Amino acid sequence: MPDPRPTGHLHLAVALDGAGWHPAAWREPDARPAELSTAGYWADLVREAEAGLLDLVTIEDSFALQSDDRFRPDDRTDRVRGRLDAVLVAARVAPLTRNIGLVPTAVVTHTEPFHLSKAIATLDFVSGGRAGVRVQVSLAQHEARLVGRREFPELTRVDRDDPAVQQVLRDAFDEAADWVEVVRRLWDSWEDDAEIRDVATGRFVDLDKLHYIDFQGRSFSVKGPSITPRPPQGQPPVAALAHQRIPYELVASSADLGFATPRDAGDARAILAEVRQAQAAAGRADEQVHVFGDVVVFLDDDPAAARARRERLDERAGVEYRSDALVFAGTPAELADLLQEWAGAGLTGFRLRPGALPHDLRAITRGLVPELQRRGVFRTAYEASTLRGLLGLPRPASRYARDAVVA
Amino acid sequence: MTKQVHLAAHFPGVNNTTVWSDPASGSQIEFSSFVHFAQTAERGKFDFLFLAEGLRLREQNGAIYDLDVVGRPDTFTVLAALGAVTDRLGLTGTINSTFNEPFEVARQFASLDHLTAGRAAWNVVTSWDAFTGENFRRGGFLPQDQRYERARTFLQTTWELFDSWRGDEIAADQESGVFLRDPHPGAFAHSDAHFDIAGQFPVPRSPQGRPVVFQAGDSEEGREFAASSADAIFSRHGTKEAGQAFYRDVKGRLGRYGRTPDQLLILPAATFVVGDTDAEAAELAHEIRRQQVSGQTALRFIEQVWNRDLSAYDPDGPLPDVDPLVGETHVAQGRAQVRMYRDPLATARQWRELAAEKGYSIRELMTEVQSRQSFVGSPQTVAAEIDDLVQSDASDGFILVPHLVPGGLDPFVDRVVPLLQERGVFRADYEGTTLREHLGLAPLP
Ligand SMILES: Cc1cc2nc3c(=O)[nH]c(=O)nc-3n(C[C@H](O)[C@H](O)[C@H](O)COP(=O)(O)O)c2cc1C
Repeated sequence: MPDPRPTGHLHLAVALDGAGWHPAAWREPDARPAELSTAGYWADLVREAEAGLLDLVTIEDSFALQSDDRFRPDDRTDRVRGRLDAVLVAARVAPLTRNIGLVPTAVVTHTEPFHLSKAIATLDFVSGGRAGVRVQVSLAQHEARLVGRREFPELTRVDRDDPAVQQVLRDAFDEAADWVEVVRRLWDSWEDDAEIRDVATGRFVDLDKLHYIDFQGRSFSVKGPSITPRPPQGQPPVAALAHQRIPYELVASSADLGFATPRDAGDARAILAEVRQAQAAAGRADEQVHVFGDVVVFLDDDPAAARARRERLDERAGVEYRSDALVFAGTPAELADLLQEWAGAGLTGFRLRPGALPHDLRAITRGLVPELQRRGVFRTAYEASTLRGLLGLPRPASRYARDAVVA
Repeated sequence: MTKQVHLAAHFPGVNNTTVWSDPASGSQIEFSSFVHFAQTAERGKFDFLFLAEGLRLREQNGAIYDLDVVGRPDTFTVLAALGAVTDRLGLTGTINSTFNEPFEVARQFASLDHLTAGRAAWNVVTSWDAFTGENFRRGGFLPQDQRYERARTFLQTTWELFDSWRGDEIAADQESGVFLRDPHPGAFAHSDAHFDIAGQFPVPRSPQGRPVVFQAGDSEEGREFAASSADAIFSRHGTKEAGQAFYRDVKGRLGRYGRTPDQLLILPAATFVVGDTDAEAAELAHEIRRQQVSGQTALRFIEQVWNRDLSAYDPDGPLPDVDPLVGETHVAQGRAQVRMYRDPLATARQWRELAAEKGYSIRELMTEVQSRQSFVGSPQTVAAEIDDLVQSDASDGFILVPHLVPGGLDPFVDRVVPLLQERGVFRADYEGTTLREHLGLAPLP
């Protein structure tokens, strides 16, 4: 699929979470730690990202209260704890923005695909075609206990060599693929022109253009159609974060956008090869699937200042900050060098995780973006008003439309 | 003492009250329609906007019902977005207690209450049919008689989740590095026949503490549920006599739960037609009823009582000569109203008598029994009637259901609200910021 951007252009996303990704970020002078549950806090961040012409923001979420340990609660009192539902945060800021994509996280393991399908479709309506969804599985036993619908074995870490753990992972991701399939079928279950308002016959809709989806899967079945008409983008983009083979397969089979965590350009190349191979195996070789690189960023105009800030934050946190993604501390120009090098390996964009908010978000929008623009690799104005448009993804016809193949 | 009138606006929904064929009728799904509607309600200083919900497209005779508006947005998502274009208006969403889990619903309402600075409300409904269940993981296993038991424990469980944060846990003290005063905020454990859950609730205590709770069931169990747990009832008893009887009945149940009459508001659904004069309004009302009840719609309606396919009948002809079918299965699926006719044979008998007396065709009869507007008249007449119904304890106010999207509320706000304000029975401006304050409910402890 052709990407309409000038060759070499990058896509940029920012991952919003609490006061930033560093656990001591909330103690920075410009942080607003008492306002993390207010609409104003999120609106200001997303507006800043939009002022920087970014493609999209993602909003982190989980059912469990934050914990330093993925698999069990902790009792720390020196970290940000508490958060709001990400879909609703995205909906709340949608009317206050015009161009930027809004990609909240949805926990697929414990939610109804029917509810989330209409929620994301509605986010697409209220944002005028800027919705996406980042799907996330939940493997933690304590998270399953919150909902009480199913039992999970206790895991302590995702061990790639333990076959039992790999089976749990396989099941959870298979279910996630089913979940995405249902959500997507429901988006298509109303053809675009299903509403006819035919006064002569008294019919509001054309029944030939509403479709049961009749999905039967291992852990759920869903009849359809959706109660919400087809969203403006038809299919809002689906994203997933992936660190190994099984999640790469989910990206390849089900997503429009993958977030990966390479350590260097060679790593990025290897990940891309694996995703593209899985994409071919899933029969989607012809479809455009973006793979963005995730990087945690600490940015200042002086490289020493950035490193010193990171060290100061580490000192306050009492431990060196580590991440699944590369942690970068330096200048916007140095980061631009790195992103261009990684783009050379085939990544089409990046999801930057600001170490501290709003500082590192502003450094992205006011430092990195102008730098990339100077280098001719980032947009100077929004070229589209939908997220699919910004990502260069065509708007697909409903799979149920009789003339879908022709369209 | 003069009672204050409470007013709310129901976004016109997927039933024949909503006239979609009118040239003035706009989109039922574009956000701009919701914005116009909500901002009009806020301009009129209304207490809240109300959204209904049904989780499966309605069917009749085995096909999706296509004569009314079809399709609606996700309740939570559109309410959160409306939070951005309104400042004071309460935002009430209908959310089902059968096809959701307490943790998810509590998380979403607590989030909505934060994002709207204390304006969220939840209309708890209990539809349980297997037909709707086909869209969900859990399927449709709940027996009818367990729906209120589940609803009660569901609501109770969400209250435990809302109350799991007291409100003083977050210190966010940058100097000392203490974010939390409590190392285990939001801790909960709940176990009963329906729910067995435990852990920590992730959303800090919201501005209202909990959303305001509405109830819309009408059965004995439904009324008892409301008396024990709700802040307000969305009722269908809008006329004076029926309203007063319902009002007395439900308020009379409160004592059993140690509650006082001011702790439960009764807000019936009400339709309206405003004209320059009473005569003009009556004419307009007749015209709107004709739009609402086409010949096709009249046949579908009478089928809902007769419970059989009557498509071969002429809507402009006499009532069916056959009797209603009484049985387990029903021609109409996904409609809460169907259960309104608890005794279809008796209803059929009454309707035949009425039709014989007045010489009504099927369509004329259905126009008469189905679509009578609650308030028809000049602005003065409508304001006086509303005031009278509230002062005579037929209700505490009304949830108005206009027949047009998005402009159906405008005539009421422009012409009737100023008269209610002049009468001193409706606020000239908002006094509080939260929905609980608009409704005059005491803050939670
Ligand atoms: C005025 C009114 C409005 C209602 N709105 C809804 C609705 O939007 N969605 C829904 O699923 N049920 C709705 N219901 C159905 C009730 O919640 C309840 O499930 C139904 O009335 C059956 O309960 P009951 O036997 O106690 O009346 C409504 C009921 C009434 C009286």
